[in-house]
This record gives sequence, structure tokens and C-alpha cells, in this order.
Amino acid sequence: MRMRHLIVFIGGLLFGFGLAFGGMSKQEIVLSFLQLKDLGLLLLLGGSAFVTALTINLVPKILKRPLLGGEFKRRKRMLSKRTIIGAIIFGVGWGISGQCPGSAWASLGVGNIPVIIGIASMFIGAYIMGRLFT
Amino acid sequence: MFPLGIFPYIVGGILIGIGVSFIYIITGLHATQSSFFSTTLSYFSKIPYFQQKQYLNSRGWRITFAVGVILGALVYTLTLSPEGFFTTSVQWWRLALGGLLVGFGTRLSKGCTSGHGISGLGSLSTTSLYAVVTFLVVGILTAMIVQALGVVP
Repeated sequence: MRMRHLIVFIGGLLFGFGLAFGGMSKQEIVLSFLQLKDLGLLLLLGGSAFVTALTINLVPKILKRPLLGGEFKRRKRMLSKRTIIGAIIFGVGWGISGQCPGSAWASLGVGNIPVIIGIASMFIGAYIMGRLFT
Repeated sequence: MFPLGIFPYIVGGILIGIGVSFIYIITGLHATQSSFFSTTLSYFSKIPYFQQKQYLNSRGWRITFAVGVILGALVYTLTLSPEGFFTTSVQWWRLALGGLLVGFGTRLSKGCTSGHGISGLGSLSTTSLYAVVTFLVVGILTAMIVQALGVVP
């Protein structure tokens, strides 16, 4: 259990370092991407998805199970109206603020303190969702 | 198309992919982001939605993961970052309103840029592909409209 936390923590360090290195911790860079002035974040998304795709699709052919036990599963979600309506609402919020959940944490790490407002709001939004769709 | 070059974006993306892969190979977990909000709310809310077994089982490591992300970005700021600490000038009401919609929308959609975008696409999930295309198109349209309305910054 303690080992699992350590591994998740180290992976999180890499994730946060990569987000900051790629500029996603700055709302200005995210917004300039969404305004199609700088398409760099497409490379960041593509690069991270590509490396992850290699891992998820190739590693289970070499290793029977994760090193700490359990099993390798793909991330599967059923397609529903909620998937798309949720993605639309997320897209509007993303376009207004230049924030998404992961990048908001990375923002805190680069000292981008106003994003605390965004994180508090994300909690409220997630709470309303859980309340309405229990 | 790439006024800041492509180097930081490609390196950043590969580092994120390595982080997600590292966790997957050793633990089998999909290290995604937006679930954090629902799983952490399970500590404070008795609403059945937040008390789902999968949320209770993952709420511990998701907090560890978020702390790792914050500190990883801090390490970058203190080491390789050319300009050091950064503060956005995007107005507070945009952060607040946008954050509210991001929190609601990602949980309704069951994924965000990382859940659908990295782990979902990495799993070759068509559901995630539809979600990613949707939030990219809507995000671009929204940012363009906000800009056209003269909201700066």
C-alpha cells in the first residue's frame, strides 16, 4: 500500500514536471492554443497519448500483471449522452478559463496562485454534478 | 503555428506519458485527473454518488497523485524554468466560472484532458475519442468567442 503511494507520487512528479515544462500551467498558453495562435499543446497531448498508448498496448504482452500485482485493464467508458454533454460543458469552461483539472494542480506548483479560485470552483462543479446525478 | 517552438511541448508530453506509464506498469492504475474531485468529496459528503465503492477505493492514491503533480511543477519552476514563478493575468471571474463548468462537465463526461485525452486515447477507446474531439472543438469555439467579445485578459 505504501509502495503504491510512492509509485503514484513519483509518477505524479513526472506528470506535473511535464505539464509545467510544456507550459500548460499557464492559462495564457492554453488560451493561445484554443485561439489557434500556438498549436504546441496538440503536440503535448499527442506525445503523452502516444507514449501511454505504447505502454497500455505493448506492456501487457510482455508482463503478465503489474509489478505490484492486480491486472492490466484498458480504460473503458461506455459512450452515452452524458459523455458528450459533459465534454461540451467542459469545453466551454476550458475555453473561458484556460484551466483543466491536471493543469490546475501544475499551476499551483509554478506559483500561479489565482488558480486556487479555479480549483475551488471545480470542487463546487463536481459537487453539483454528484448532487444532481446521484 | 509554433511561436514558442515545438521542443517544450514534445518533451513535456513525453514526460507526462512516462509518468502515466510508470504508474500503469507498476500498479495497473490509470493515473487520471478529474476523478480526484469526486473521490475527495467522498470525505465530506454522504451523497450516494460520492460514496461509490470505486471512489472510496481510489480516493487515497488520487490525493497522493495530485500532491505529486503540484510538487513536480514546483521542481520544474525551481530548476529548469527560464522565468521562475508565474502568475496568470486571466481575470478571476473567468477562473471561477470556467472552473465551475470544468468541474461539472468533466465529472458528467467521466474524463478530462487526461482521462479521455491521455489514458482514454492511449486505451484506444472510441468513447474517449468522441469526448476529446468534442471538448477540443467546443474549447476552441468558446475561446474564439470570448476573444471576439473583447475580454482581455
